[in-house]
Amino acid sequence: MDFDETVPLSQRSEWADVVPLTQDDGPNPVVPIAYKEEFRETMDYFRAIYFSDERSPRSLRLTEETLRLNSGNYTVWHFRRLVLEALNHDLFEELEFIERIAEDNSKNYQLWHHRRWVAEKLGPDVVGRELEFTRRVLSLDAKHYHAWSHRQWTLRALGGWEDELDYCHELLEADVFNNSAWNQRYYVITRSPLLGGLEAMRESEVSYTIKAILANPANESSWRYLKALYKDDKESWISDPSVSSVCLNVLSRTDCFHGFALSTLLDLLCDGLKPTNEHKDSVRALANEEPDTSLANLVCTILGRVDPIRANYWAWRKSKITVATM
Amino acid sequence: MEELPSFTVSQREQFLVENDVFGIYNYFDASDIFTQKYLCVVKEFRREMNLIDMDVVVPRIEIQRDKQLDYLMKGLRQLGPQFSSLDANRPWLCYWILHSIALLGESVDDELENNAIDFLGRCQGSDGGYGGGPGQLPHLATTYAAVNALVTLGGHKALSSINREKMSCFLRGMKDASGGFRMHDMGEMDVRACYTAISIASILNILDDELTQGLGDYILSCQTYEGGIGGEPGSEAHGGYTYCGLAAMILINEVNRLNLDSLMNWAVHRQGVEMGFQGRTNKLVDGCYTFWQAAPCVLLQRLYSTNDHEVHGSSHISQGTDEDHEEHHAHDEDDLEDNDDDDSDEGNDEDSANGDGIHHTSNYINRRVQPIFDSLGLQRYVLLCSKIPDGGFRDKPRKPRDFYHTCYCLSGLSVAQHAWLKDEDTPPLTRDILGSYSNLLEPVHLLHNIVMDQYNEAIEFFFRAA
Repeated sequence: MDFDETVPLSQRSEWADVVPLTQDDGPNPVVPIAYKEEFRETMDYFRAIYFSDERSPRSLRLTEETLRLNSGNYTVWHFRRLVLEALNHDLFEELEFIERIAEDNSKNYQLWHHRRWVAEKLGPDVVGRELEFTRRVLSLDAKHYHAWSHRQWTLRALGGWEDELDYCHELLEADVFNNSAWNQRYYVITRSPLLGGLEAMRESEVSYTIKAILANPANESSWRYLKALYKDDKESWISDPSVSSVCLNVLSRTDCFHGFALSTLLDLLCDGLKPTNEHKDSVRALANEEPDTSLANLVCTILGRVDPIRANYWAWRKSKITVATM
Repeated sequence: MEELPSFTVSQREQFLVENDVFGIYNYFDASDIFTQKYLCVVKEFRREMNLIDMDVVVPRIEIQRDKQLDYLMKGLRQLGPQFSSLDANRPWLCYWILHSIALLGESVDDELENNAIDFLGRCQGSDGGYGGGPGQLPHLATTYAAVNALVTLGGHKALSSINREKMSCFLRGMKDASGGFRMHDMGEMDVRACYTAISIASILNILDDELTQGLGDYILSCQTYEGGIGGEPGSEAHGGYTYCGLAAMILINEVNRLNLDSLMNWAVHRQGVEMGFQGRTNKLVDGCYTFWQAAPCVLLQRLYSTNDHEVHGSSHISQGTDEDHEEHHAHDEDDLEDNDDDDSDEGNDEDSANGDGIHHTSNYINRRVQPIFDSLGLQRYVLLCSKIPDGGFRDKPRKPRDFYHTCYCLSGLSVAQHAWLKDEDTPPLTRDILGSYSNLLEPVHLLHNIVMDQYNEAIEFFFRAA
């Protein structure tokens, strides 16, 4: 770290030729910020080089100083990109720079957009590095939205799909409630050029998901994922016995939440599933003295009781049950 | 010996939040003064013993308007050095604060108004659009915030300060070949950028085919297997992006291309046991999602209502009875200070709804629905868990207040209070508002999150300008 950085810019000989540009806030600005002196001065010098469009090495250093003070300043990031291009600067070093900034605050759109810009320029050579970087960020916060976006971008732009399904499994082993990991799983099975696509993966994924459901029937992530495996294929969805049976399995248990099993059953019925006696008995076992009605109707009634936060939603679903499902 | 099951990170975090939230609810519900005093003593004791615990201050159901305005006005006038991290977001600070003030039914004095218009004018780029501060690169989000702030201020000076022609150029410049929009020159592209661009264009009356070309396809590709919408194609369904995606699709008249059933299902499931909304499945409740998630619920419910009308000639939305309504929040009635006779209020509301003093009971009821989410529960979370007694709102207990959360908690609260109504012309009933009727906030335009009166004035201005 350069000793000079602790010296105010106005006292550094390197910057003697530059006239700092003050912010045009006007005489009575609203939401004025009481900037610290260092911040104000650094921004004044940044404004000077930005408006004179100076794309030099000292400009590059100044953008770094500025970003350390406010990593959310997208104008500075934008200008930094222009300077990097003009100087044909080492972009591998830039990856390191981004990692240093990320240490302080990784929840910043600009940083991630900059990372993507750099990685795109470097190309497939950095695929390992990008996967490693996002893995590190995710190890601290397994649901970090930007990190997941960047990871998905890396896979589709640079490749590296080989171990991704395993990675998802690793995260789900640690926390089966991690919805981001389930979302990534879906991303992989539908888009990986190394796998056969949704239909080809369906059987193994259904098996995987049902195991997860049975271990934690109150885990919304797994139920939504299960349904997604049959996207655009209603016939398979209502005819696959394992879907039906996981619902019945959960409904027969007395020690867990029945809401997702019931709503899944409701969706199946609305999509055309012809209920068996097993279905009917299973549901009726949960009914209080509800009147004799269609099974779908009865499921809605029970849901209103079992999932009272959504009582109005289940009532609305009931009103939408068409004659065909009666 | 059987091992106790170990909890995952998600479960642990959720448990801690539930502990805090239910602690507040139980404390608030404590029916006698002795229990309250006892709990107060216990909390004080625990605090002295450094057992990190909740605030000792008794939460109140009233909004406490004077404190809110105090906090907001102070922020508008001066911000401390810690706000340097928002130095590229000052139009947002303007919008968050001005909109919050407007929701409370207040406005700023002429001097502040002029200062705000002047300041935002300095954020406007010479080539159109607004940056995060004077001299900063124009950015779609800060442009959205600036436009919304100016519309909220209202009046000829504010509205005419927006350069519509240059704005058109700026928006066109942000348009991407894929159909989406970039946030700024060579900036990131996501559903937020799409929404902000379309919202701006829509209000300023500069929306055209060039801007909407391919946009529906892009947003559609962001709807996930869960039903919600993510920031980019493939990204996880998320409350903020869901609001943006849905609002944008409605504005460009392509909303029926989305899978509305699964969107509705996902959105209503984001309300958890705390009664607030979470942003994503299995994540934690956060006051700001009060707006981002409740608004889509109301929008979808109205959409279905309209679609039903067109198809069947009548609404399939369960009207419910006001009986159900009373039953539902009976447990809150002990806590409410409002002792108005509901029947007389209903009469008054009907009168004001019709303006001619004649009761049209059935007509009035036809303009009401049962909200698809638990609105009173949501209001409860906002008022007891998010509201800070000294002013401002926060994400959840233990988090500090900030202007962003203040804006979206209040906006969401307004949405919740008006959720029983099919349109903006009908006023809410006393029973729709948690706390006394004095808690009522101004209604917002759901697609832009601007107070209705201000929105109407702007539309009048910009559509006349055409």
